[in-house]
Formats: sequence, structure tokens, C-alpha cells
Amino acid sequence: MMDKALAYWGILKKDMQNYYLKPPNISWGIIFPVSWTLMFFIRSEQAVDIRAILPGVMALSVLFGTTSMLSVTITFERKSRSFERLLLSPISLNLLMLAKTTGAIVFGILNAFIPVLFASFMIDLSGIDWGMLFLAVVFIAITSTFLGLFIAVSVNEVFEAQTFSNFFRFPMIFLCGLFLPLEKLPAVIQPLSYALPLTYGADLLRFSINAEASINKAISILVLVFFSSLLFFLSTHNIQKRWIY
Amino acid sequence: MHIIEAQKLEKSFGDFKAVKGIDFYVEQGEVFGFLGPNGAGKTTTINMLTGLARPSGGTLRIAGLDGIKDIKKVQGIIGIVPDESNLYDDLSGYENLVFCASLYGMKKQQRDKRARELLAQFSLDDTGNRPFKAFSKGMKRKLTIAAGIIHDPKILFLDEPTTGIDVESARQIRQLIARLNAGGTTIFLPTHYIEDAERLCDRIGFIVGGSIITVSTVRELIVEAQQEHILQFWLDSFDQALQSEIVKAFPAVSSAAEAEHTISIRSPEPLDIMPFMQFFDSKGIKVREAKLIRPSLEDVFVRVTGIELARLKKEKEGKK
Repeated sequence: MMDKALAYWGILKKDMQNYYLKPPNISWGIIFPVSWTLMFFIRSEQAVDIRAILPGVMALSVLFGTTSMLSVTITFERKSRSFERLLLSPISLNLLMLAKTTGAIVFGILNAFIPVLFASFMIDLSGIDWGMLFLAVVFIAITSTFLGLFIAVSVNEVFEAQTFSNFFRFPMIFLCGLFLPLEKLPAVIQPLSYALPLTYGADLLRFSINAEASINKAISILVLVFFSSLLFFLSTHNIQKRWIY
Repeated sequence: MHIIEAQKLEKSFGDFKAVKGIDFYVEQGEVFGFLGPNGAGKTTTINMLTGLARPSGGTLRIAGLDGIKDIKKVQGIIGIVPDESNLYDDLSGYENLVFCASLYGMKKQQRDKRARELLAQFSLDDTGNRPFKAFSKGMKRKLTIAAGIIHDPKILFLDEPTTGIDVESARQIRQLIARLNAGGTTIFLPTHYIEDAERLCDRIGFIVGGSIITVSTVRELIVEAQQEHILQFWLDSFDQALQSEIVKAFPAVSSAAEAEHTISIRSPEPLDIMPFMQFFDSKGIKVREAKLIRPSLEDVFVRVTGIELARLKKEKEGKK
């Protein structure tokens, strides 16, 4: 057990040192949420309600941060064959993938709180349900990371990982109810929105920040747990099929 | 004692059988060479032995464990050094080794001590914080081997250990392999390099077309090869009909093969150079060089696998 914990920590520490704590990634983590916030300021004709857009900016920061980092790093390690070294080590595939994804989850959580930090200088953040907010961020980070993992194990090249990520990310931005309320979406599209994990994470975020929710909290959490488990299962299954042939 | 034992081991990809039910064993403490041309099933076999591929059939026992069901336990006692360096470019030599040690559950002090010990042993202790990507090819190879033995494995899978590196680094690596083996580590050595196999291995298995053609000791193979006598002539001109004319004119000759103006004449009996010189002279062909070849393991390889030397050379160069 101790051996496994040491291996888990070793992988997490190496990923932090090798990828997440590199200056370009730290700056990405800061610049990306700032850009999103500024974009809303500039595009909006009247004063932006920062509190209203905060859940959206947070969710996008997590989504883009986690999926980009994980899908690219795993694809890169796979190309350079260093991922093979991990597959050949005496740790189970599940533990290995948990270790590989933990770094991205932590990165995603930290990314989410950068817009909160900026917002704290501009608006009064009282009334936020911080417990629920943290829970929502954690769940979005886990689901997005596992989505990144699913993407990483489904492609061979780094550019494919980026393209495939966008295939999922961009529809999610517009269909998750963050910028266009679900009820305002065309009826034919609404089922698609409910098939996206970000919809549930975003709803939890909106509830924790603005006390608005269109889906029951317990259902949102259950759906996110379901999506996370499904994506993790599909990813490990894909690895078993494609990489341990 | 057999530390690796494969029985009827096979691997299929759809209808294609990459490995066709092979049987072989590796003795504890020996250096076992695994030779075969590209596409022979060498990599697939190694992948099955190390857990990167699941056998389609057969049994595999490694160090008394079931090599298929208990593969994670097996991976804890084997070391794997791939043919290409697969360490982390941005980490230093020390960081790479410490990371690899953590994968085997080694504690901090243990990791630190072992990493420094190996860096010194491989003459890499002066690399400091230099990232792996800044290492020379030879240094990269040495560090990759060090990473493979960080946990002191019982069996080391060492794929093409001297491919693409300078002569001095190759010599150092051969010495390291010999030292490791003297220390009791069993070494499984897949290689294209006949020289490595000849110098380092106790026994050699030849795999061709997914089947093991022969497994024998290096000594036996060379003795067997030396029962054949080879004369090689470098000619200034060459006619395709020459090969059959030689076989016709000299009944003791079993074969004559040409490659780039050089003709190799083989016979199970000792050959005299003079009659051949006179033969070429009568045909008006000038002989630039003539030599008696002492058959080597390379000749055994050619005979066993049916792969021409020219193709083998091309494969070697392709690897580099």
C-alpha cells in the first residue's frame, strides 16, 4: 500500500514539476481566465454583471485548462514513449491513471479560482455558498480531466488531441446553459445540453454563486459522478485495448 | 533453474499470427540473446514478456510467477530498457532516476542513495542539473540503462543496448552488462547486433516469421558454423552466370553468392585458393582481393534465418 502511495506521489510530483508548474502553463492559467473576463467586458454594450458571468468564466477556465493540459501531456508522453515506462511499472492501470489525472484536476481547481480572485477586487462576493462552489469546481475539474483523458487515449498525435478537444469543448460552451439559459435553447437542442457534463457542473456553479439552478443539486452531482466514472472507465478500457494490445 | 519459461506462446492480430506458439526458456543468471530480423516477432515476444501485450495463447512463467495473470508482480522484479531512450527530456539525470525509483515504491532515502550510486557507476555524476535532452546519445543510453536497473531487478530486458552510439560508449555498456550479469542479474538481450550477441550472450534464440528456429549456446553455434569453409573474392568485373559456373566447375562448392563484386564461395570441405584464382584468370576476370573467411555468428544468422547480409546491414543502418 505504501509502495503504491509512493508511486502515486512520484507521478503526481513529476507531472507538477515537468508540466503544470512550468511558467508557460502558470501564465496560461492566469491569462486564460483574464482574457475571458475582459472579452465579456469589451463585447458587452452595458455594464457587465460580473457575478452573473463568474460561473461561466470559472467553468471555461477549468474546462480548457484541464482538457488541454491532460490530452496534450499524455499524447506527448505517448509519442516520446515515456508513457510506456509508466505502463511497464508495477502499479495498476487505475492507480496510474488516477496519478496522471490528479495533477490536471488540481491545475483545473486552481484555474477556477483565478477569476474568483479577480472578481473579489471588483465585486462583493458575499452570499456565495463556498462549500457548494468548491464541490462544483472539483466535480467540473474531475469530469473535464477525465474528458481530457478520454481524448488523449483516443488519438495518436498532439494536434489530433487539440482538434478532438475542441470538438467537445466548443459545443459545450454554448450548450451548457452558462451564457444562454437552457430554457431559451431550441427544443431540439435541449436534450443535447442535458447530455453534456458541463451543463450539470455549470448549474451547480450558478447555484452556489447566484442561487439560481434549473436542475436538482443531488441530480447534478450524481450525473457528474456518472460522467466521471464513465469517462474513466472508457479511457482505461481504451488504454487496455490500444496500448496494451 | 528456468527464470523465464514460455510454452506455446502466441500472439495474433486478427488473422495474422505474429508469434506462432513458441517454446523457450531462459536460465537464471544467463545472458540470453534474442535475434531476428525486423518483423520476425521479436518485439511482440518482448512485449508479451514485459506486459505490454497480452498473449493470445500459451503459458508464461517468470521467476515462478504467472507471467500473464500476475504481470504487475512480475513488473516489480524485471527491469526494462527499451531500444530508444524514453526518459523525461526536461528532468535531470538524477531527477529521472529518482522518479523511476518512485514507481517501484522505493523510499526517499533509498531513491536518493541508489540514484547517486548509479550516476557514479555510469560516470554520469558530473551531469548536475543538465536536462536529459542535453545529454549525448551515449549518455542517454547509459542513463536509460541505469533507470532500468534502479530497483535492482532479477531480470533485465535490454533491447538493442548499443544501437546508434559511439564505440567507446558501446564498450562501456558491454562492460556494464557483463558486470550486471556477474552480479547475478539474468539478461534478456534482443538485438540486431551479432557482435553484441557473440560477445555477451551465453545462449541465443533465433526467431524468424514468428517461430523460434533454433536456441543454442554461442559456442555450439560457432563450432557448427565453422564446419563450413568460406572463400571470398573481390573481382573487378562480374557476370551473373559466374555463380553457376563456379558450382559446376568445383563439385565441393555448395554455394556461391555475389554481393557488390564480391563472391563468397562456401563448402563443407576445406578450400584451396589457387584453383579459383586460375579459374578466374581463365575467364579473364581480375581478382583484387581473396580471403579465407572464418565463419562467425553472423554467418549462422544468415544460414538460420535465410536473411542476406545486405538486408541485415540495411536493417542495422535503418535502426541507427
